[in-house]
Amino acid sequence: SFPPSFPPHPCFLCFPLTDSCDGDLELSMVRHQPEGLDQLQAQTQFTRKELQSLYRGFKNECPSGLVDEETFKTIYSQFFPQGDATTYAHFLFNAFDMDRSGSIRFEDFVIGLSVLLRGSVTEKLRWAFNLYDINKDGYITKEEMMAIMTSIYDMMGRYTLPSVRDDSPYEHVEKFFQKMDRNRDGVVTIDEFIETCQKDENIMASMQLFENVI
Amino acid sequence: MAAGVAAWLPFARAAAIGWMPVANLPMPVAPTEKNKRQDELIILNVSGRRFETWRNTLDRFPDTLLGSSEKEFFYNEETKEYFFDRDPDVFRNVLNFYRTGKLHYPRYECISSYEEELAFFGIISEIIGDCCYEEFKDRKRENAERLMDDQEDNKDAKLPNMTFRETMWRAFENPHTSTMALVFYYVTGFFIAVSVITNVVETVPCGSSPNQKEVPCGVRYTVAFFCMDTACVMIFTVEYLMRLFAAPSRYRFMRSVMSIIDVVAILPYYIGLVMTDNEDVSGAFVTLRVFRVFRIFKFSRHSQGLRILGYTLKSCASELGFLLFSLTMAIIIFATVMFYAEKGSSSSKFTSIPASFWYTIVTMTTLGYGDMVPKTIAGKIFGSICSLSGVLVIALPVPVIVSNFSRIYHQNQRADKRRAQKVQKARLARIRISKEGSSNAFLHSKRNGLFNEALEFTQLPYKMNLSNQSSTEEEQRLTKSTSLLESQHHHLLHCLEKTTNHEFVDEQYYQQSYLEAGLQNYPSRSPSLSSQDGVTGTCCTRRSKKHHTPLPNASGPAHMQPLTHAHTHQQGLQELSTIHIQPLTTSRSSLNMRVDEPASMNCQSSQITTAIISIPTPPVTTPEGDAHLPAGPIHQNVVKVSAL
Repeated sequence: SFPPSFPPHPCFLCFPLTDSCDGDLELSMVRHQPEGLDQLQAQTQFTRKELQSLYRGFKNECPSGLVDEETFKTIYSQFFPQGDATTYAHFLFNAFDMDRSGSIRFEDFVIGLSVLLRGSVTEKLRWAFNLYDINKDGYITKEEMMAIMTSIYDMMGRYTLPSVRDDSPYEHVEKFFQKMDRNRDGVVTIDEFIETCQKDENIMASMQLFENVI
Repeated sequence: MAAGVAAWLPFARAAAIGWMPVANLPMPVAPTEKNKRQDELIILNVSGRRFETWRNTLDRFPDTLLGSSEKEFFYNEETKEYFFDRDPDVFRNVLNFYRTGKLHYPRYECISSYEEELAFFGIISEIIGDCCYEEFKDRKRENAERLMDDQEDNKDAKLPNMTFRETMWRAFENPHTSTMALVFYYVTGFFIAVSVITNVVETVPCGSSPNQKEVPCGVRYTVAFFCMDTACVMIFTVEYLMRLFAAPSRYRFMRSVMSIIDVVAILPYYIGLVMTDNEDVSGAFVTLRVFRVFRIFKFSRHSQGLRILGYTLKSCASELGFLLFSLTMAIIIFATVMFYAEKGSSSSKFTSIPASFWYTIVTMTTLGYGDMVPKTIAGKIFGSICSLSGVLVIALPVPVIVSNFSRIYHQNQRADKRRAQKVQKARLARIRISKEGSSNAFLHSKRNGLFNEALEFTQLPYKMNLSNQSSTEEEQRLTKSTSLLESQHHHLLHCLEKTTNHEFVDEQYYQQSYLEAGLQNYPSRSPSLSSQDGVTGTCCTRRSKKHHTPLPNASGPAHMQPLTHAHTHQQGLQELSTIHIQPLTTSRSSLNMRVDEPASMNCQSSQITTAIISIPTPPVTTPEGDAHLPAGPIHQNVVKVSAL
């Protein structure tokens, strides 16, 4: 405490002049060890070597074995320096963090990647649907889509041609719903989604785009 | 892009599948890896010590020696390793840079050997992490100064083509340059001392003749002292004039402190010469002689310590000011108190408050002359409080001044703070540039037309001269200039562009287009959509009065392929006619052939239209018009076109 008492206590000089530690213990870093290679090989479509290489990259960036949302946002934002990727990263994080634990473990990471890179088209579409469906209730509402779209446009940043207008995301969402919402009930269900996407050549073609990323 | 996250690029690309269902445009083709090989260990043999690492680790920084193909020059076929004949201890830091993305500088390492190693491996030293950067910069500065000191000793050798004036100035500033300068230095020093001593001795009472009272020496030996004084003043005047002549900037010299001191030192003599035998002014004249003591300040040219003292006082001005202010406050308070306390006692010396000031000052500085002493009890109590507080008030700011002096004295050899700030700015600028490199790289590669491959994706018979003749060159340039990582990253950004149907541009270009669009008060036209919907209605603006340049592909991405340049209407009416092409920059001036297409404007009012035209795509004048126009991004230089 300041000012020190008068006359000064003889032990004044012995103890450090810091605020009393309120006992806020800092939790040491928890290390998470992933499941064994064999189990992961069984759960995903990656080969052993691919898993090893993936893990090395993962562990390098997240030595504790867990990715929390902040780290995830930081990493993802580095790929989009012009805009603000944090909102979209948040949605992406929730799509990967299937058990809602607040952090992505290596298993989540690798299972998600397996679906995206080695899964069937239906599985990929399901994954995308899961991404858009923010509250995971099985329906994509306009609000959810609006949030997703805004976050995608945010990644573009300010300096674009043409300029991103305030209603650009809205227009985009309208088009999306026009295309996907068959029964015009204001929401898109998983079946409508998959059906419509399967009929669209562009989308089907683009789903195969990242086949050989790993 | 930072090193570590390069490993996450595959993840980011895979996650891009989330954009696909909402995108309305076809995606560009992904770059293929020509020789896709499994990640392997490579051995780096540095003077016998073997380091092993993954190839991917080194590929994180493609613009360094180890990350580029330059390391192939060091490949040893027999032993299948890369051999470098360099220092293995320093190499450890270099390799850790690849592994962790942070470059560290070890304390025990010599600064110049470290820098040489960095230069060899192509790593800029500004990348050194914040943890080690202070140390690095300090050592570098010390080293540079040491070198400079060595150089300065050699520098004093006379440069061949110095004018007489410059030589003189150098001689004045630095007495060690030549013997003449040294002689001059000592002579002036001697005369300053003589002058000061003369002034002092003048006032000493010399022996008196028996029937006269004691007279000061100055009066007794007037002539001698006068001659002495004259001689000194003559020397000083000559010195001042010579300095004035030699100074590179006379005006600045005249304003400098030293020259003012010089002037003040010699002026009284001349004034005295002018004003002799004038009774009225002789009093003032005597006062002027006081100023002769300023000659002692001329010694500061001869003493470094004196200069530092002066500089310290100048830089501690705020502390001195505080000291003065607090003392004044305390003096006034205590003087008032003492005055009223002693008012009652008879024959008190504390006749008024200003009279008490003297007592307060003497007491607070613990001098205690004893000429004024309180007699009442209250006075004595307050007097003791006054002396105790005086100690405190004076003792507080003084150590600050002392430490300032010590700091400045030690810092005197180092570079200015201002120079350090400039260096810091330069460092941050370099790091920022290398980081921006990634975002600019994308725009650069767009501008250089490395996305010609995207054209394969469209149905366009856009295989013109351009693509055919330069596709091979483009490919070569592709492999040479961008690494696989970069091209994958660019592909990712390109997919995002396609998803949102907007494009990245750099800030400069954006500002320019913003400005130019803002200059127009007319609503601008978007010429593109019109074709299928008929001419007149869509010729004029469809967009609201927004201040940005409308692009043909801006609105309505849904119902047609985006157009990157104006096209003809089906009726053959050229929307942009009598076009005045105003290139944004000179580099974009290789222009569009549109000028030679005559047409008449079909709009109600004469408005200024701007459209972004991509060049050198030739204008499509076929009636098919829009549908077959390239759907790719603007891949070459874009030009602002203004039509009247």
